[in-house]
Amino acid sequence: MSSYLSIENISVTFQRSGVVSSVLRDVSLGIELGEYVSIIGHSGCGKSTLLNVVGGLVEPVSGAIILDRKAVSKPGPDRAIVFQNHSLLPWLSCYDNIRLAVDKVSGRTKSRSERHDWVMHNLQLVQMVHAADKRPGEISGGMKQRIGIARALAMEPKILLLDEPFGALDALTRANLQDAVADIHARVGCTILMITHDVDEAVLLSDRIVMMTNGPSATIGNVLGVKLPRPRNRIALAEDPRFILYRLEVLEFLHSRHAARAA
Amino acid sequence: MIVAAIAVSDPPPVDTGGPSPPTSRATIVRLRRPSRGLQPLARFAGAVLASVIPPLLVLTLLLIVWQVACSGPASLFPAPLSIWRESHELIVDPFFRRGELDQGLFWHVMKSLSRVVVGFGLAAIVGVLVGVWIGASKWAQRAFDPVFQVLRTVPPLAWLPISLALFREAQPSALFVIFITSIWPVIINTAVGIRNLPQDYINVGRVLRLSPIEMFFRIMAPAATPYIFTGLRIGIGMSWLAIIASEMLLGGVGIGFFIWDQYNASRISDIIVALVWVGLVGYALDRLVALLGHFASRGTAAG
Repeated sequence: MSSYLSIENISVTFQRSGVVSSVLRDVSLGIELGEYVSIIGHSGCGKSTLLNVVGGLVEPVSGAIILDRKAVSKPGPDRAIVFQNHSLLPWLSCYDNIRLAVDKVSGRTKSRSERHDWVMHNLQLVQMVHAADKRPGEISGGMKQRIGIARALAMEPKILLLDEPFGALDALTRANLQDAVADIHARVGCTILMITHDVDEAVLLSDRIVMMTNGPSATIGNVLGVKLPRPRNRIALAEDPRFILYRLEVLEFLHSRHAARAA
Repeated sequence: MIVAAIAVSDPPPVDTGGPSPPTSRATIVRLRRPSRGLQPLARFAGAVLASVIPPLLVLTLLLIVWQVACSGPASLFPAPLSIWRESHELIVDPFFRRGELDQGLFWHVMKSLSRVVVGFGLAAIVGVLVGVWIGASKWAQRAFDPVFQVLRTVPPLAWLPISLALFREAQPSALFVIFITSIWPVIINTAVGIRNLPQDYINVGRVLRLSPIEMFFRIMAPAATPYIFTGLRIGIGMSWLAIIASEMLLGGVGIGFFIWDQYNASRISDIIVALVWVGLVGYALDRLVALLGHFASRGTAAG
């Protein structure tokens, strides 16, 4: 394979009190430079596990992750993660949360003032310059997630990993943030892998949607290419027959072919 | 803020036979502006009074009850006014110095405090280090936690004979008793703080590839700071208990020994004055550590 990011035959098992359970079985996926790929599936299907494998936080029992022609296994800033619950350090200001990442990642390559400018640039990218000196406890959930995105972008990652980044937000804030991410994707041209369980979100943002079958031993059930022109407007799309068709296809996969078993 | 009000008055209805024009008249009345300069000051003074008056009131009441209850000629216990008479010098001049044992309470307290600083200082340093180790290693936690849980319940004075047997001298024995009494809450709370470290913070550190030392100072220590200071606060309280008790037995200079010495001299009123000092200093120590903790862990508790 010659994809920019290549997930090759990943299998993951978890062991809990002697019982071995297979979470992911033989998952392979290629993502191209600049592509926006979403992984969608029912909760518990192992999609977050897959993202954590790419991020290096979970070790697979077999398979490999190859990023930009190099095998990666440990976590690193080349695969920056935006966590679902933002994971900002509460004792640091928003600025310092990003600054910590910038100092660590480019402390050798950038001068002090360049690093400051880079932090401010990324704050500007998520429109959060006004909250630079605030602590995470003093801003709203959506703002925290913006700072989390800015921190990840500031690491200048090869690929940005979003783990249900809008899951904990209310619908209006979520829409705002989705637009912000789409805008950043267009401007920065970063490669993005996003976990979601929201069908509209997946169709609105992605170039391709990867649909996962249910666990245990989850794997990729289907991949749907979303060929809608960008920039995408959520209001115009709501009536676009292509959008409705894509949406239908994902819904059909999730609810007819791979309906969640009764919980 | 209301600066003006409109007073509306309708004239009495007059029958004119046709559609009457609107005749309500409005008068604009200026309201007095509340003065700004004095208000915050008055509010501050009010807040101070509100927090000072109730304890003062209770204190006065207690003193009066005490005075009435103990003022009989047959009373075995001195009343406040007789304490004031008998221990006048001790109360008004804490700084006098006439000899090794005959000196003001300030010097006795300072001597005891210097022991606390050394003994508790060592306990804080060792306790935090051991606590981090116990908290970070599951094996160490399983192995040591039961031991610590048993040892921490041993009262301060029970350590004294062992301590004397080990060190054979009063000064190091006193320091050891403080150390061994106050170290347990520091270890246990630090370990809990490290163990409760959210996995998310660790993941952030891993993604950034922080070195173990950076991980400790940038992530673990700040996240555990509130827990550490809880342990330090309990610890300093216990070390103050321990020093008073052990000084009674060890002798020399110190507020604990002073109390014992006055008991042997049957000067109950001097003991009561010393008790007030002990209580106030203990309170001050607790507030000091709490304040340090407040500044050190600003924002850590907030999610």
